[in-house]
Amino acid sequence: MVRHKIVLHFPHEQVDKPIVSKLVRDYNLDFNILKASITPREEGLLVLEVTGEEADYDRGLEYLRSCGVDIQPLSQDVRRNEERCTHCGACLAVCPTEALRLDRETWEVEFVEDECVACELCVKACPPRAMEIHY
Amino acid sequence: MGKTIAEINERIRKGEAVVVTAEEIIDLVEEKGVEEVARTVDVVTTGTFGPMCSSGAFINLGHAQPRIKIHRAWLNEVPAYCGIAAVDIYIGATEMAEHDPLNEVFPGDFRYGGGHVIEDLVAGRRVHLRAEAYGTDCYPNRRWEKDITLEDVKEAWLFNPRNAYQNYNVAVNLSDRVIYTYMGVLRPNLGNANYCSAGQLSPLLNDPLFRTIGVGTRIFLGGGVGYVAWHGTQHNTGVPRAANGTPTRPAGTIAVIGDLRGMSPRYLTGYSILGYGATLAVGIGIPIPVLDEEVVRYAAVRDADISAPVVDYSVDYPQGTGRVLGEVTYAELKSGRIVVEGKEVPTAPLSSYSRAREIAGVLKDWIRQGRFLLTEPVELLPCAARERG
Repeated sequence: MVRHKIVLHFPHEQVDKPIVSKLVRDYNLDFNILKASITPREEGLLVLEVTGEEADYDRGLEYLRSCGVDIQPLSQDVRRNEERCTHCGACLAVCPTEALRLDRETWEVEFVEDECVACELCVKACPPRAMEIHY
Repeated sequence: MGKTIAEINERIRKGEAVVVTAEEIIDLVEEKGVEEVARTVDVVTTGTFGPMCSSGAFINLGHAQPRIKIHRAWLNEVPAYCGIAAVDIYIGATEMAEHDPLNEVFPGDFRYGGGHVIEDLVAGRRVHLRAEAYGTDCYPNRRWEKDITLEDVKEAWLFNPRNAYQNYNVAVNLSDRVIYTYMGVLRPNLGNANYCSAGQLSPLLNDPLFRTIGVGTRIFLGGGVGYVAWHGTQHNTGVPRAANGTPTRPAGTIAVIGDLRGMSPRYLTGYSILGYGATLAVGIGIPIPVLDEEVVRYAAVRDADISAPVVDYSVDYPQGTGRVLGEVTYAELKSGRIVVEGKEVPTAPLSSYSRAREIAGVLKDWIRQGRFLLTEPVELLPCAARERG
């Protein structure tokens, strides 16, 4: 099994077609939509977390490319500046995936990067501004 | 059979004092009982670390040549108060840098304010001073610009009019839109509940009737040494109390003072509260002398025995209706979920419990090493419940 976060750019002419749903039907892949938008120039942008067998994953991505979809790995990362974090816990209020959670022994805030979906809600909700975006 | 502060100090000087934190005393009392703990323990240390808006620093810049009577001043473009003597200024924690967009694009970022200036100073960083004056015969200079550091100003004291709130509201949002408050981001329809107290470690919750903490009490302040100067603004002890004496509403406060030199950015941290403003997170630790069994009973208070009011910040707080939706204990708050109006609501703290624990530990070490002696309060703080007896 593999799990990857990828960014898909849909060209203008493909925005109105059901493309991604085929990943489930024909390629046995699960996906979780992390972000979706259509720009003013009608380009589609979709950030997915895709899970499945490696062979299926490779075939699925091949299919997407054949539809004219441009694929990039999700390189935008949310990281914590350990020096600035005061472990207050204000970020817990906005984190949708519990990637930020309290260790109830040490009462420090844990940041589980694998569960972060890069929604960036914590970045501005963090009082000492310890959460940073790296491109 | 009680102890005096002088006796406790004698033991601290000899390196014999028994010091425990306000967390450690809980189990100790459970194990050994109040009487034995009162006999064997000398000091209980407390701690808290959270945003405290009513904070700021007095700075005397030293005289310029030629002399200047400052009329307006900015530190890293953050305005400082100048309505005192020639080169004395006060930088307040929530003052925003000039040209900050504030909430014009909502919710505002509030990246740099007075709290950040104070953090920069204690971190030893250079801060840019810009000052203007109208000029007088005795103070002819009209402009003064230079970089300053904590080292080279004449004096710099943290002087906070209201800190260390004894208990605080739990903030929720009953409306159908996200709101941005000094209690953090509150999601609609009871999406989350934010609280801000160290609970069982919090200084004033361990001495709920102010029997030992008074004017002149020496404390851990911002990583250095400070003192309780007075009761804080909005100090209000006439609030509902649980049977154990603990106030169940925001109650007492303290004004604190201390030399900024010797403090540390780890315990004085500039905060930006989305959509609200800038502020300063302050670390405070207060030692409680174990004078008698009564002190022990109060200091052994547990999160499960301290209740806080749940308040709606969409209407009730801003409109000042005084409505309280219910009470929850800090044990419930710290479990991660509370129930409000029949709905399970996730909780998030704004007060760092790990750092509060760290502060109580640092203060404990200072006392055990004989580096920090206790003081006799010059005057006790007003407290209606204590004064009634």
